[in-house]
Amino acid sequence: MLLFLRKQKYLIDYTLSSLLRRKGKSLGLLAVYTTIVFMLASVTLFTHALRKEAGLMLQASPEIIVQRMQAGRHAMIPADYLQRIGRLRGVMQKAGRLWGYYYDPIVKANYTIMTEGQSDTPLTEIVIGTGIARVQGLDVGDYLTLRSQSGEAFSFQISALLENDSELVSADLLLMSPKAFRRLFSIPEGFYTDLVLSVRNPREVNKVAEKLSQLLPDTRPILRDEVLRTYESVFSWRQGILFVLLLGSVLAFVIFAWDKASGLSAEERREIGILKAVGWETADVMRMKFWEGMVISLTAFLIGYLAAYGHVFFASASLFEPVLKGWSVLYPQFRLTPYVDGLQLATLFFFSVLPYIVATIIPIWRTSIADPDAVMR
Amino acid sequence: MLIQLKDIKKVYNQGKPNEFQAIRGVSMAFEPNRVSCIKGSSGSGKTTLLSMIGCLSRPTSGRIQLGEQVISSLPERFLTDVRRHTFGFIFQRFNLIPGLSVLENVMLPAYPLGLPYKKLVDAARRLLQQFNLASKADNPIEWLSGGESQRVAICRALINDPKILIADEPTANLDSKLSNEFMQLIAELRQSGRTVLLTSHDPEVFDSTVVDRVVEMRDGVVLADVG
Repeated sequence: MLLFLRKQKYLIDYTLSSLLRRKGKSLGLLAVYTTIVFMLASVTLFTHALRKEAGLMLQASPEIIVQRMQAGRHAMIPADYLQRIGRLRGVMQKAGRLWGYYYDPIVKANYTIMTEGQSDTPLTEIVIGTGIARVQGLDVGDYLTLRSQSGEAFSFQISALLENDSELVSADLLLMSPKAFRRLFSIPEGFYTDLVLSVRNPREVNKVAEKLSQLLPDTRPILRDEVLRTYESVFSWRQGILFVLLLGSVLAFVIFAWDKASGLSAEERREIGILKAVGWETADVMRMKFWEGMVISLTAFLIGYLAAYGHVFFASASLFEPVLKGWSVLYPQFRLTPYVDGLQLATLFFFSVLPYIVATIIPIWRTSIADPDAVMR
Repeated sequence: MLIQLKDIKKVYNQGKPNEFQAIRGVSMAFEPNRVSCIKGSSGSGKTTLLSMIGCLSRPTSGRIQLGEQVISSLPERFLTDVRRHTFGFIFQRFNLIPGLSVLENVMLPAYPLGLPYKKLVDAARRLLQQFNLASKADNPIEWLSGGESQRVAICRALINDPKILIADEPTANLDSKLSNEFMQLIAELRQSGRTVLLTSHDPEVFDSTVVDRVVEMRDGVVLADVG
């Protein structure tokens, strides 16, 4: 065992000195390889993180949302629908929700406004998301002015900042009292934006939704699982588009690696011939080249992956943001919760490190099984 | 260790339009502890013959026997083992690895043996000392002169303590003075009990008193065998 380890150490030492001898070529290859891993890892980390954020967000969301439709569009829903739903078996809790969007022309961002508390919540207090606080430079105790539909200005004092596991939930969120919401958007009492229901038995969600459609034909029930699936498909679709865009560069890299590996230079062939002539076995040469491939690919993988991690979770994936994040460019900046998926990491490793090692080893094997004399000639 | 060749033939590119028969049925034996030189002009087949004896290539037909062992039909793995423990090679262009130090070049053949590093370094330094290269041990190989490079090549050939030393055109890149020095080193190696096989078309080698036997080749056949 000790003998084997010592032998591997000598082979690795030789590999490192061999890489240093071809410094320019090795660094060039490393740079291209790292860039490819960085791009692929950025996309996968980013989409996975978004999915995770969406999952976190939906964990707290109701099982069924009921929206009233009018002329194919979402309309305000009367409060008495709650009583009608109350007769449905399986429904555990039900409530009306008030929410909407507010466009802030100063920071060019859309805020989501929701209501919190009962009617006794102070009219002039507001809780804001960390994203809004960041772009507006606001803190607890400061005032935020919003303009109502009629053009009237309403000032709110910030009572707290929203802390949440996921900034996707809270970054652009404003929470105010229901009364303040109705005043800001001129919504009369007795109407809600939508209704939310929780179901006693999760396996009955679909059945309850079916009954809802029959009971209230002018509404549509939206299930939590459907929302999650929509997020999944949207992120997968966008990830797919980016992968297609990146495919060209990945392909270029594969060709480059193959060319580098298969087109062994005369100098490299000669070196293999010398090593075999002085007593190295074919397996020794292969191991040496295997270590060379491992050093380059693992270094590129680690640097590329760590850089992608920093890019996605600390620099807000600035390179891919417009393609992958949100529906609007007016979205407030938010930071994703760091999340690494083991399977995703393994997949990336499998598709970036293994092909390179195989592409390197096969031509080396073809050269090293030849007679040393033939290789040196 | 006696080396016996029986009806050795070597054909390059067999069955192709550029087929070339480099060795045409050579049979001979090389006795141990002697210096033998194969001479001949370029293309006579001397390097091909030497490379087959040293297990660097295989004969197309015929048999090579090392002591009691037939080596011409050994699988690659065993052939490497024979090459590693029996032969030391000195090539015409030295074939040292650029970018490595003198010491690293000398140690190179011993890496696959997995010896302890200290033992390996000590053995390499002893050889460098013996060939007056101790002060150059840590220099890059590119800094050395032709004569020094050749001495490094000899040290590398001897690191695994081989019984047979094979040198292909060893003086081709040396001047007359260095060629004489090289032959003196060969004489010392013979005294230490080694068998030496050389190829050369340099009279300073094959006419040297150090050489015990001269085999002359032309067009893949032995023309003369003296000594």
